[in-house]
Amino acid sequence: MSARAGSRRDRVADPVRFVDERLGAARALRFLMSYVFPDHWSFLLGEIALYSFVVLIASGTFLALFFDASSTQIVYHGGYGPLQGASMSAAYASSLHISFDVSGGLLARQLHHWAALVFVAAITLHLLRIVFTGAFRKPRDVNYFVGVTLLALAILEGFAGYSLPDDLLSGMGLAIAWAVAMSLPFVGGALATALWGGRFPGSGVFESRLYIAHVFVIPAILATLMAIHLAIIMIQRHSQFRGPGRREDNVVGTPLWPGYALRSLGLLAAVAAVLVLMGGLIQINPVWLWGAYHPYVGTNGAQPDWYLGWLIGALRLMPNLEIHVFGHTIVPNPFFGGVLFPGLVFALLYALPWLDRRFISRDYRRHDLLERPRENPLRTALAAALLAMVAVVFAAGSVDRLFFQFGFGYEGAIWFFRGAFFVVPAIAYVLTKRICLELARERAHPLRAWDGQVVVRNERGGFDAY
Amino acid sequence: MSSSDERDGGERRPGFARRAWQALVVIVLWRVAGLRRGRERSQELEDPSRRRTGAAPWAERLLLGLFGLIALAAGSFVALFVLDPNTQLLGLALGAALALVAAALVIAGRWLVPQETEVEDRPRLADEHEVEQVVQQGRAGLDGITRRRLLAGAAGAAGLGVTAAVAIPVVALGPGIEDQLQRTPWHAGRALVDERGKPILADAVTEGSFLTAFAQGADRENLGSPVVVVRVDPTTLRLPGERSGWAPQGIVAYSKICTHAACAISLYRSPLSPTTQSRGPALVCPCHYSTFDVLDGGGVEFGPAGRPLPQLPLRIDAAGALRAGGPLSGPVGPSWFEDKS
Repeated sequence: MSARAGSRRDRVADPVRFVDERLGAARALRFLMSYVFPDHWSFLLGEIALYSFVVLIASGTFLALFFDASSTQIVYHGGYGPLQGASMSAAYASSLHISFDVSGGLLARQLHHWAALVFVAAITLHLLRIVFTGAFRKPRDVNYFVGVTLLALAILEGFAGYSLPDDLLSGMGLAIAWAVAMSLPFVGGALATALWGGRFPGSGVFESRLYIAHVFVIPAILATLMAIHLAIIMIQRHSQFRGPGRREDNVVGTPLWPGYALRSLGLLAAVAAVLVLMGGLIQINPVWLWGAYHPYVGTNGAQPDWYLGWLIGALRLMPNLEIHVFGHTIVPNPFFGGVLFPGLVFALLYALPWLDRRFISRDYRRHDLLERPRENPLRTALAAALLAMVAVVFAAGSVDRLFFQFGFGYEGAIWFFRGAFFVVPAIAYVLTKRICLELARERAHPLRAWDGQVVVRNERGGFDAY
Repeated sequence: MSSSDERDGGERRPGFARRAWQALVVIVLWRVAGLRRGRERSQELEDPSRRRTGAAPWAERLLLGLFGLIALAAGSFVALFVLDPNTQLLGLALGAALALVAAALVIAGRWLVPQETEVEDRPRLADEHEVEQVVQQGRAGLDGITRRRLLAGAAGAAGLGVTAAVAIPVVALGPGIEDQLQRTPWHAGRALVDERGKPILADAVTEGSFLTAFAQGADRENLGSPVVVVRVDPTTLRLPGERSGWAPQGIVAYSKICTHAACAISLYRSPLSPTTQSRGPALVCPCHYSTFDVLDGGGVEFGPAGRPLPQLPLRIDAAGALRAGGPLSGPVGPSWFEDKS
């Protein structure tokens, strides 16, 4: 029974009581409020991704109020002078409308684009943290699979997003995506034709399909998986680094209420602030400069959003191999760079927990204390080699920019990167392993090596050196 | 009254600067102490839990100021939105407001509310007894059923049927692929026109220039339609024997859609001096830089494309305009399973 002593109101107790009497939620609230967050900067990367997603939902909802997902050809009469009277799709025209005629529209567009870039970047860095500290080990392997899936979906979502405005870059990216879909052995032609509603550039339905995928299907899956990701964390509690009083069977940190809640909301505001400042001050994807897309136009030096750089790099590095059997093209060339390479990288990521317990660490036990990278030189070196391989391919995606900016010959650079694809991971492996072993021996931190001693007066009047 | 105000203000200003300086020193010391703590790893049994209360007075004053500034910045965003929605100023105003909110929240979280470090026991996830119970209860649910396998098989078949029924509408997505992917508008006699629909005269194609042409009357968005027309010195051509007569006056035409990934070929490498430069004219796709030899019938010289560029046989009609001498020499666009090349 709640005691309503007279008419005195308690502004804290009353709402809590209201909720608890109806939902019995006080227990859950108490659990939430005392949930402990270990303090380490690298734990914020996932939070940055989550908060970027919040910004994406907010800015994307605003954009959806004005965007017209239609490939119907119209004649442009809007606020942007140089394209007056040009024929273009309604989707591209509404992107121009948002950029030039809607109050705050360009801010929202650029904010949305920057937030998408930061979203995928934060997920990627978060993944690196997880891999290099062994946070994917049992019992977190199940949550790690959710996380890797989130990364794949985030990349797909980003690609769908920048394909929507139907500007020149959108169209060039979609042409490549269509060719990659077509390149799937046996089923490619049927699959691509079904998705596009015909041969590229597809029938009018394609833009609506892309739109509903971008604003509903993929975000709904992303949001659901994020909720599952967080729920699993709360069931298992956070992992933590070694430190005073930190053991496998406990978790040391700041409880959610009040300190961590305020700091984490502060991070939300900080992420939003940085993204809004970037959206307002740093131009991104000026679609009005690219012009409308038609299958017969293209431009040199076109670059996708950063998280697709490794795919364009893979497509460019691949020699002109195609596998023909009985007159059929079993494996068209885009398959290697567009499907096989990313497929292998993601397969390795998904297999990592199993590979680690079976071959690398040979450890099947549960772990809640994280390893520092040096503490597991073999895993760190192998992960560094894989990262180096992806990085080489990523760099190869910008070879055309190297040519424009620095005059490096394109063909020579491609041959250089083809060699680097095999050599650099080997170097990264050897070097990383060596560094790990040296650091483990010297017990020094690579970035903040501290050689001094602190001398403290003790109770007995002597001195203790630490 | 005024003198006391001045005195207060005079005291507060250097006081604040000193506090900021002290805060900086504290942060540095705290970081260094943190490093020291990080080095000692044999203290797993030490109890790290702490609780410190007592809001720093400077934090309370600073927060008051921050809240005022937040209202100001957010208000200026509202005013700008109504009066002059300039992207840069809007971004600055809203970004500043959010940055100040971030600062206020972090200051409140670090210096206003109690600082706690707590130790919580981690839940033990595996409980063999519970597992046993669940397994027993699960098995008990199947007690007394004799034809388990048959029933499971039948249920599986039923499930498959329902799944197929739910999934089959996907077939409605696309039209059949047979006629879609192969079709091009080119056949003997079809005129080449430019972007405005005007016929292309042979004389208008000069060496070193690069023209995009379409099949007259055809949908220009159709991948089979756009071709690239260039003129080269006829004596340098090395076309296969069966293509003799495809390049009147040295004018050649190739599909504009790259056979690698369907981008439009929009780069033309035309050597300024055929005697000093070893490599001849080539068409280059800007997406992945597949490079096609113009002289030998569109062969792949470099890059990832697996097939040559389809060539369009040309002839010049009585009016001096370019017409197709037949269909393209191969399938247009990226390779796929049914390519018979």
